[in-house]
Amino acid sequence: MWAIEVEDVVKRFGEFVAVDRISFRVRRGEIFGLLGPNGAGKSTTIRILCGLLAPTSGRARVDGLDVVTQAEQVKRRIGYMSQRFSLYEDLTVEENVELFSGLYGVPRERRRQRQQEVLEMAGLTAWRRRLVRALPGGWKQRLALGCALVHEPPILFLDEPTSGVDPIARRQFWDMIVRLSEAGRTILVTTHYMDEAAYCHRLALMDRGRIVALDAPAALARSLASVAFLHLESSDLWESLKVLEREASVERVTLFGAGVHLRVRDPERARERIQRALHARGITISRLDVVAPSMEDVFVAVIEGGERNER
Amino acid sequence: MWERIREMMRKELRQALREPRMRVLLFLPPLVQLTLFGYAVNLDVERAPIAWMDGDGTPASRALRAAFEGSPHFRVVATPMREDEGRELLDRGRILMLVRVLPGFAERVQRGEMAAVQILIEGTNSNTASILMAYATRILRRYADEVMAERERRTLRALAIAREAPITVPELQVQTRVWFNPDLRSRNYFVPGVLVNIIAIVTLILTAMAIVRERELGTMEQLLVTPLRPVEFILGKTVPFALIGLVDVVLVTSAALLIFRVPFRGSALVLLLGAVLFVLTTLGMGVFLSTISRTQQQAMLASFFFFMPAFTLSGFAFPIRNMPVPVQYLTRANPVRYFLEIVRGVFLKGTGIEVLWPQMVALLIFGVAIFGLSVWRFRRRLE
Ligand SMILES: Nc1ncnc2c1ncn2[C@@H]1O[C@H](COP(=O)(O)OP(=O)(O)OP(=O)(O)O)[C@@H](O)[C@H]1O
Ligand SMILES: [Mg+2]
Repeated sequence: MWAIEVEDVVKRFGEFVAVDRISFRVRRGEIFGLLGPNGAGKSTTIRILCGLLAPTSGRARVDGLDVVTQAEQVKRRIGYMSQRFSLYEDLTVEENVELFSGLYGVPRERRRQRQQEVLEMAGLTAWRRRLVRALPGGWKQRLALGCALVHEPPILFLDEPTSGVDPIARRQFWDMIVRLSEAGRTILVTTHYMDEAAYCHRLALMDRGRIVALDAPAALARSLASVAFLHLESSDLWESLKVLEREASVERVTLFGAGVHLRVRDPERARERIQRALHARGITISRLDVVAPSMEDVFVAVIEGGERNER
Repeated sequence: MWERIREMMRKELRQALREPRMRVLLFLPPLVQLTLFGYAVNLDVERAPIAWMDGDGTPASRALRAAFEGSPHFRVVATPMREDEGRELLDRGRILMLVRVLPGFAERVQRGEMAAVQILIEGTNSNTASILMAYATRILRRYADEVMAERERRTLRALAIAREAPITVPELQVQTRVWFNPDLRSRNYFVPGVLVNIIAIVTLILTAMAIVRERELGTMEQLLVTPLRPVEFILGKTVPFALIGLVDVVLVTSAALLIFRVPFRGSALVLLLGAVLFVLTTLGMGVFLSTISRTQQQAMLASFFFFMPAFTLSGFAFPIRNMPVPVQYLTRANPVRYFLEIVRGVFLKGTGIEVLWPQMVALLIFGVAIFGLSVWRFRRRLE
């Protein structure tokens, strides 16, 4: 049985179509990522699956239960971390955990122990009496994850759990997610960060309410076999961009780290041409290598591919 | 179910009592209002300066003057000889009232006719004027009653003599009393009314704001994915404020009795029952207002828009019987009015449930209706 099944789900807000006939299925124990730009409909999808919004049409099941007609049972089987931090800032760490373990009906005799476990997992045992308001961002996120897990739900929905969190905290957070998946929990997670997509077993790329691609991260990257990516770093990135814009062999330029990624058809030929063109303008190249496409490259290519097909 | 309600209540109380600002908001306004109405808004008139013009100059007229001077409310500061002198004192505000005993007063009193006393009152402040009027009338009536009693006694005695029969003459003790608030103290009238105001503020405004805040901060979203049901949420959210409201009732009542010496003639149980029923209405209203407000400010404004007219039309400061007739009918749809009647009834008259039950039933109906409506409106989802 699937952990999550989504069939032709549509969500309209008035005239606006936020989610446009999406379908996908998530296996048990899988980390399933929803990736997409702002307004793609990721949060809306998650909210429908949590029973917070009713779909305009289509069907969705979570743990085999219909999210509309069996919403109450669904609630006991899922944990949810919303995009915006939504625990009580004027309560302490411990009081928040207590509240949610009570609301989820964790059996009395297990409650103490479960609260301890959650605090330990979130690494907040020493801060249990602190007001949540006083915690740094990354810690709040760990607490939110903890509260979403008090009742040990088999399925977790995490909506941009790492937004606004520093890179180290993000890594720690993803380590926790991976461990949860290894323990058999199903995780549906959305993110803005391309590098995080690599942690997912499978990815659905969303754009303007539609799923434009769905596969394992590596497979998505492979589907771009006909193109290659060059990574360029130079003495004057700004001037380089102007030159590259006019360079016919470069299909697309995206910023990446300290340099840019260039999408090209024939990497060797393109490399020579770029070197020549930049030299002509007196720009020194510090790095120009063929690289594996980043998730962002994949994403942009898939979305542009989709647009091309539409035309 | 109870488990979840208890968790919500515990959380709500923690939040409400943790913030110093909130703590102040919960317990300070009751005391401020009480002090305000207990001390500052004192409509009682004490030792009002008056002028006395005695055109009769008889023992009877002097006895009347003694009655006025013996009252704590009046103080004779001038005895003008001419009418225009007296008027001038009034105009310049030196005195608040001018009493003229017309010539022939004593004779008329003796004959049992309408005795002529003219009273002129400075009417700029109509409130003070009507209070002075009430005091003066009371003294006059008491005086008249005494005279009448004396006359009757004499008549009876005369009859007895005529019949030559030894009849014991009953000593008639005639006494007028203003019932329920014999000292006509406005404090007695207002302080119980403050209770109404306080419960309404704590329960109505604070619940509406507390619920809307959950939505504003996004914490509602987190609650909605738990198995917590709407009724449970609403109860968890309202019962703590009901408790705080009832604590305020006890606080204000104690202060009213101990500091302001307001009489408490009825049963505390009846008062408490009334308060519980009233709180049902205000909490329900608070929840309802939260369903139509998006921000805390809106919730606060909506509460005031609802409560201000309701309070004004409750009879707290302006008697309902003085209102235009259509408005009088309107006040029947005003829960605040019923609770005020209960509170004043219990405090001042000692009225019991056998008299106050219609008010109680009215409140119960309001409460159940508005609560039902709110729960129904309060949807489980986000939209
Ligand atoms: N309650 C609502 N009413 C109207 N429009 C809405 C509502 N909720 C979301 N939308 C719109 O639906 C679209 C999709 O929103 P959604 O929050 O699902 O995007 P997202 O992919 O999560 O974006 P982000 O990365 O910014 O979180 C957006 O254009 C948003 O403005
Ligand atoms: Mg979102």
